Amino acid sequence: MATVVQPPELGHQDPPPEKQHSGGAGFGNFVPSGGTLKALDDSSQEATRTGIWVGLAAITMSFAAFTSALLVRQTTGTDWRHLTVPPIVFLNTVVLLASSVALEIARRRVAAFARKQRVDRAVPLRWLAATLALGLLFVAGQYAAWAKLRAEGLYLASNPNSSFFYVLTAVHALHVLGGLGGLLRVVAKLRAPVFCLRRSTMDATAYYWHFMGILWLYILFVMWIKL
Amino acid sequence: MSETSVSAVQHHAPPTSFIRKHVFSLDHKVIGKQYYALALVAVFIGMVLSWLMRIHLVWPNVPIPGLSLLSKSGAPGGVMTPEYYLSLLTMHGTLMVFFVLTNAPFAAFGNYFLPIQIGAEDMAFPRFNMMSFWITFVAFCILIAAFFVPDGPPISGWTAYATLSAVGSDSGPGEGLGQTLWALSIFVFCIASLLGALNFIATTLDLRTKGMTLSRMPICTWAWFITSCIALLAFAVLMPACLLLILDRVAGTSFFIPAGLVISDHLQPHSGGSPLLWQHLFWFFGHPEVYIAILPAMGIVSHILINSMRRPLLSHKVIIYCMMGIGFLSYMVWGHHMFVSGMNPFSSLVFSFPTLMITIPATIMTLIWLGSIYGSKLRITAASLFALGFLSMFVSGGVSGFFLAQPSIDIYLHATYFVVGHFHMVMGVAAIFGVFAGTYFWFPKMTGHMMNDSLGRLHFWLTFIGTYCIFMPFHYLGLAGNVRRYSAFVDDFLVPLIPVHRFITFAALFTGAAQLIFLYNLIQSRFRGAPAPANPWECTSLEWTMPSPPPFDNFGGKHPVVYHDPYQYGVKSSTGDYLMQDSPEEAGA
Amino acid sequence: MDGRISPAVFLPENPVSSGKMRGRMGRLFAIVVTVIALASAVPIITHHWFWSDISFAPPEDISTHGHAIDDQLSDTMVEAGLSFLAAQILLGLFVWKSAERKSTDAIKTFPGGARIMVIAALVLVGTEILALGVLGQKAWANVYFKPAAPDALQIQTQAGQFAFYFRYPGADGKFGTPHPDKIDEGNSNFFGLDPANDVESRDDIVTGELAIPVDREVHLMMHSKDVGHSFYVRELRIQQDFVPGLDLSVHFTATKVGKYEIVCTQLCGLGHYNMKAYLNVLSQADFDAWMKQKASEQ
Repeated sequence: MATVVQPPELGHQDPPPEKQHSGGAGFGNFVPSGGTLKALDDSSQEATRTGIWVGLAAITMSFAAFTSALLVRQTTGTDWRHLTVPPIVFLNTVVLLASSVALEIARRRVAAFARKQRVDRAVPLRWLAATLALGLLFVAGQYAAWAKLRAEGLYLASNPNSSFFYVLTAVHALHVLGGLGGLLRVVAKLRAPVFCLRRSTMDATAYYWHFMGILWLYILFVMWIKL
Repeated sequence: MSETSVSAVQHHAPPTSFIRKHVFSLDHKVIGKQYYALALVAVFIGMVLSWLMRIHLVWPNVPIPGLSLLSKSGAPGGVMTPEYYLSLLTMHGTLMVFFVLTNAPFAAFGNYFLPIQIGAEDMAFPRFNMMSFWITFVAFCILIAAFFVPDGPPISGWTAYATLSAVGSDSGPGEGLGQTLWALSIFVFCIASLLGALNFIATTLDLRTKGMTLSRMPICTWAWFITSCIALLAFAVLMPACLLLILDRVAGTSFFIPAGLVISDHLQPHSGGSPLLWQHLFWFFGHPEVYIAILPAMGIVSHILINSMRRPLLSHKVIIYCMMGIGFLSYMVWGHHMFVSGMNPFSSLVFSFPTLMITIPATIMTLIWLGSIYGSKLRITAASLFALGFLSMFVSGGVSGFFLAQPSIDIYLHATYFVVGHFHMVMGVAAIFGVFAGTYFWFPKMTGHMMNDSLGRLHFWLTFIGTYCIFMPFHYLGLAGNVRRYSAFVDDFLVPLIPVHRFITFAALFTGAAQLIFLYNLIQSRFRGAPAPANPWECTSLEWTMPSPPPFDNFGGKHPVVYHDPYQYGVKSSTGDYLMQDSPEEAGA
Repeated sequence: MDGRISPAVFLPENPVSSGKMRGRMGRLFAIVVTVIALASAVPIITHHWFWSDISFAPPEDISTHGHAIDDQLSDTMVEAGLSFLAAQILLGLFVWKSAERKSTDAIKTFPGGARIMVIAALVLVGTEILALGVLGQKAWANVYFKPAAPDALQIQTQAGQFAFYFRYPGADGKFGTPHPDKIDEGNSNFFGLDPANDVESRDDIVTGELAIPVDREVHLMMHSKDVGHSFYVRELRIQQDFVPGLDLSVHFTATKVGKYEIVCTQLCGLGHYNMKAYLNVLSQADFDAWMKQKASEQ
């Protein structure tokens, strides 16, 4: 007899209700000291939350590697030529940060929708669409920045500064595209006939997206003071 | 009978089609076996490459039958060219370090047994898990493709130092498409490893069953967990390094290539880059990588030894803290590969101290293993013999590391066969012994058949003696100053050493042949081995509570409940001298 | 009964588990591991391969700084060797004893348990590290932290696929400027000198062997033409990588006349195994004569 286990409702703060179990003494007797019941909850909730932090740690480490490559490279040649960051990059920054704001609003609307408060599904969808649009706009804007550099005759191999500019922005943009993919997945789950968007999925996607913004601010800072 | 509890949301329904069951499977057990199979293929190729290398070193002008079929330009008439020797050397190292030593002890056994040992029904992210294996497979295919490009595989070694690896085909045969494929393959491998590490970490932290506190996890589970933490940060650095290398090669950038280089009469159009930057990035990954190779073996060996000795180790906690300590220190020592590289000599002294310090946790672990054998009741099986062999090999390999950790001694021993002897003993033998031990131990569980233990013991004796005969002499050669990565020994001081190399080559061929016993045993037992019971070794951890092989969903939809630490041995119980982890019974005195 | 192996694999009826067989295997392990350990030590102690005159000893040290390295090496060898032998023999002994114990015997704990192991490791390894670390620091400093003497003989060396070339400054005591774009190996212009325009390069002496006077400090400036190489002279106890783009150098004093091999130890391509030159340590008089002869050949 299959027990259909509902995914926990979003925003539901209470612990899961007592479940029946066969034989033996009460539940409490078998909780050993130091043991937790964490594992009994919907395991994907916690694992997703751990997973996103672990993934962000790896991405951080990669960009730390790029940073140290940049710092070392600056000292080893005589060809370090100051690169003026194309102004559109600052506009792109605003766009990316705005997308994070839009995503936060979307997240809260999704939670409200899941709690069956008076929010229509269209509301969070609208804000998610805004996030997606702004994210795409950011990537397009980065492409415009590259076009501007190309117009100035600065290509990937022109000098180490341009090399790092292209590499850092391109790798970041690739990760942003990955984040867009995650957002699309959230949208698909939100729009599904049977609502199946877990809070942990929403949160993890949001953390990733916000991290893209924070990471971008860091990259911008490094490029501004170093390139 | 264990407590039933809430069944968690099923990650996935049981697969029905052949493709879903055996090819694109989400089941961590299938994925573990796939990793093992890939490692088996890789180790066989790597071993054959080593035979070819050893044969060429002592009989350089003798044609090797069939070799010209593999590469007409690399071995015209079957006689290996110097560049092809270096190509085989590069591929040997790359296959062994990445596709064998990261895959077998960590990805294969870890994937199979970590979820089971913590009482979970699968990994936290089964789709990521499936992806990580298939991405590894793609990386493997890209690497093997380097054999078949016109210029052949790269010649820069598994370490791929710039500028040899970065400037393109000017620096030598194999440095064209072959090197780019190599860098691409490793880049892709990094993606797979990162996904795998992420899975291991999330699973260990979040999917432990009721009663399975962190301190109740078996030592091998701890080893896989610590390894995945190391792997997460290490591979995250190798990826950017490979990307920058590829850009230098194909996009004309100069991350690693300075100005004014004249190679093959061409003035290279690069400037300002730093070859040392590649070394720093590579070894920042490379040193933790070798601990990624050995830590799981330490965990597996500990687990098997405890079971064979019928007693827990002198201290469970100390072993785990030592493994953590090794993992932590592994990030501080990378410069010991670069003592004479031209980096600031003060840095060399700085790096030598954590390198020497790492000896401390390694020694503590060795003493605890040794001290635990004292007063125990050792059972001798193929698995326990390989575990004991690991101890011997780890001591041998570790002791030679002590020489190399000192920069002043390294002036003389760097880039000699002493180094090659050191890392082969710890990685090529000790870690592999961990894999062998794990195989003999867990084969019954994974396949439902017993392996032939007599053949296994024979395999042990031949391999134990054989590998000592191969790799101990490397140290003597190193003390004589025998330089490594030479395709022939023509220097005045090297020619007299050739008879020693001949002995080594015979030992290598002999030991290689002995591995066929293992292969035969694996295959024969898989199909005709005696049926395996659930717990042939009377072991306490959770994998032995289930049938051999385990059902699709491990614990049959129930969550086991854990009542003890994993090493209740030497106790009086209804089962004998041990208590399973999920048994509510209390141990008698 | 039905061919299945019962969970209790180790009941007396199973030949592997019976005391005799277990004991025998434990003894075999102990003997093998002890023989291997002792056999491994033989070439270390005798410095020779078994039953032959093939020598493994590092060659005679002909440098002024090398004795510190050699002392370090022998100290480490003694400590490492003793640890190695002790560990292997103890392993064998414990396995032997343990495999003989009956399943009904009580488990014994090593006196002191884990604590004594931690303390032993900290004390033994700690003191070794301190001793060798301190000693080693001096040996390393002798090579790397002492600058070359101001009156050292200045010689340049360039490593390229697959040969070493050496350059002496000539009578004017100055090196001409090397130009990579002017390198022409066919015409023996290995350093890319431009004597037509560069006065200082006209008297530079370029050779394929490194000749130096005995008992005189040499400052060897190292430059790579193409990829990474390394300068290794066993007898001098010197090894230093050439790194493209970096100006590195070593300095040393040779104390014995003779001919010694310089070999490349950093993988540099297909000719790596064959890349070598000779270090010719000469008396001052012979060296002066050699220089005169080379100058006339330029």
